[in-house]
Amino acid sequence: MVHEHSSDPSTATVNRLSVRNIRKKFGSLEVLRGISLEADDGDVISILGSSGSGKSTFLRCINLLEIADEGEIWVDGEHINMVKKHGKNMPASSKQVDHIRAELGMVFQSFNLWSHMTILQNVIEGPVHVLKRPRAECIAEAEALLEKVGIAEKRHAYPAHLSGGQQQRAAIARALAMRPKVMLFDEPTSALDPELVGEVLRVMRALAEEGMTMLVVTHEMNFARDVSNRVVFMREGQIDCTGAPPEMFSGESSPAFRQFIGNFRG
Amino acid sequence: MWLIEVLGFGQKGWGGLLIAGAVMTLCVTIVALLIGAVVGTLVAWAKLSGGGVLRTLGNAYTTVFRGVPELLIIYLVYFGGSGAVTAIGRYLGYEGFLGLPSFAAGALAVGIISGAYQAEVYRGAFLAIPKGELEAAEAIGMHRGLRFRRIIAPQVLRFAIPGIGNVWQLSLKDSALVSVTGLADLMRTSQVAAGSTRQYFLFFIAGGCLYLILTSLSDRLFTRAERRANRSMPSSFGQA
Ligand SMILES: Nc1ncnc2c1ncn2[C@@H]1O[C@H](COP(=O)(O)OP(=O)(O)OP(=O)(O)O)[C@@H](O)[C@H]1O
Ligand SMILES: [Mg+2]
Repeated sequence: MVHEHSSDPSTATVNRLSVRNIRKKFGSLEVLRGISLEADDGDVISILGSSGSGKSTFLRCINLLEIADEGEIWVDGEHINMVKKHGKNMPASSKQVDHIRAELGMVFQSFNLWSHMTILQNVIEGPVHVLKRPRAECIAEAEALLEKVGIAEKRHAYPAHLSGGQQQRAAIARALAMRPKVMLFDEPTSALDPELVGEVLRVMRALAEEGMTMLVVTHEMNFARDVSNRVVFMREGQIDCTGAPPEMFSGESSPAFRQFIGNFRG
Repeated sequence: MWLIEVLGFGQKGWGGLLIAGAVMTLCVTIVALLIGAVVGTLVAWAKLSGGGVLRTLGNAYTTVFRGVPELLIIYLVYFGGSGAVTAIGRYLGYEGFLGLPSFAAGALAVGIISGAYQAEVYRGAFLAIPKGELEAAEAIGMHRGLRFRRIIAPQVLRFAIPGIGNVWQLSLKDSALVSVTGLADLMRTSQVAAGSTRQYFLFFIAGGCLYLILTSLSDRLFTRAERRANRSMPSSFGQA
């Protein structure tokens, strides 16, 4: 298959993530109506949009928790192969699905730590059992990561005994332990008490400064403006407008986006 | 003095036989619980897997074996099984009645019933696993088998312990019905002792006490297992 698009990974520099014309329906509800996006190494892209605009579905299509009906995805230059089965789009190989997912770190709104494992066990689970790396090495690396997100002293505690902010930082460490190519965040601070939001955003900001490629669905306007280098505004399953934060927030955006951020100020 | 003699371990005492009966009851129940665990896992999987035919079969299993009297199932397995064995014997040239070993028939019958209850326990336990944790396992690249082994099975076990404790008690009491096949379990031994000494009251009380000892000991075991499994839960839930 030949793509003439200039960003085609086979002809241009390799994007960390490349999504082209993703479409997704739930029943008759068209949730994604043709979304394309490219993320270069080190890009931090904030995805904004009102509830129901399809932000979560978009992220979930990227790591194949949902399967898009149409469209192409490349992760670090690798094309995700799809086949049609009974007229429905399906991944061609479940091996590739697992491999792609291992390269994408996902952070959920509700943390989703495994409740029967300690924090340290949560963090080493993927590297040890999915990547099959030596356990001792994984433990050392996990402890360094927990140190970095500031919860090293909680490593032998169970998730239920941690605050929401601590759990989310542990979840970030768990995702980082896989050495992902791209991190996907789905409203990582929306389930937190206001006073715990800052500690999670600080960790994410540090990650951005280290050059991690990140897609962040968020309602934190300050994070979008100050940390990301690109803002994407989704509306009714499409990208309504996108650009660098200075332009977007200075009024050179669409009327819908101006109204959207107006609601936050007001 | 007389009491010690009939209940004791001496020549005229029934103590040894009663203890042996209790051990037999314990063995039947353990084997039945294991059979039920295998059956229950399969049935729970059939009910959860979503496929139309499988799910219907799974539902039918739990409905039938929880709805029909236990004694009927035991007769069915024992006499039905023996009938089958006899027919096979006749086919091979052996004339006459061939009985299924009463231990095997009893454990199988109680196991089949236990499996119906265990299926419900496992199904409930699976549904109690937060969906997000399963998604997190998928998102990190775990394949199906790994997800089952590392995330699902440990949590199903944890959530199932109280339910399995109940099923164990049920099975322990169901096993008394196995005495109709002549197996020398605690029920049967109490009956025989009562009949031959004509001390009905005494021996049925003694048998009842032994059943109570078995259930309360196992109850304590399950409570301890439950507390251990709940280490990871919020303190209001587990240790407290
Ligand atoms: N599994 C599903 N089945 C059916 N409908 C779904 C499913 N997941 C999402 N939807 C619908 O798709 C639409 C977009 O949902 P999505 O979760 O992507 O929105 P969102 O932008 O993330 O919203 P929010 O800000 O509330 O998280 C919603 O109308 C939602 O009800
Ligand atoms: Mg969402």
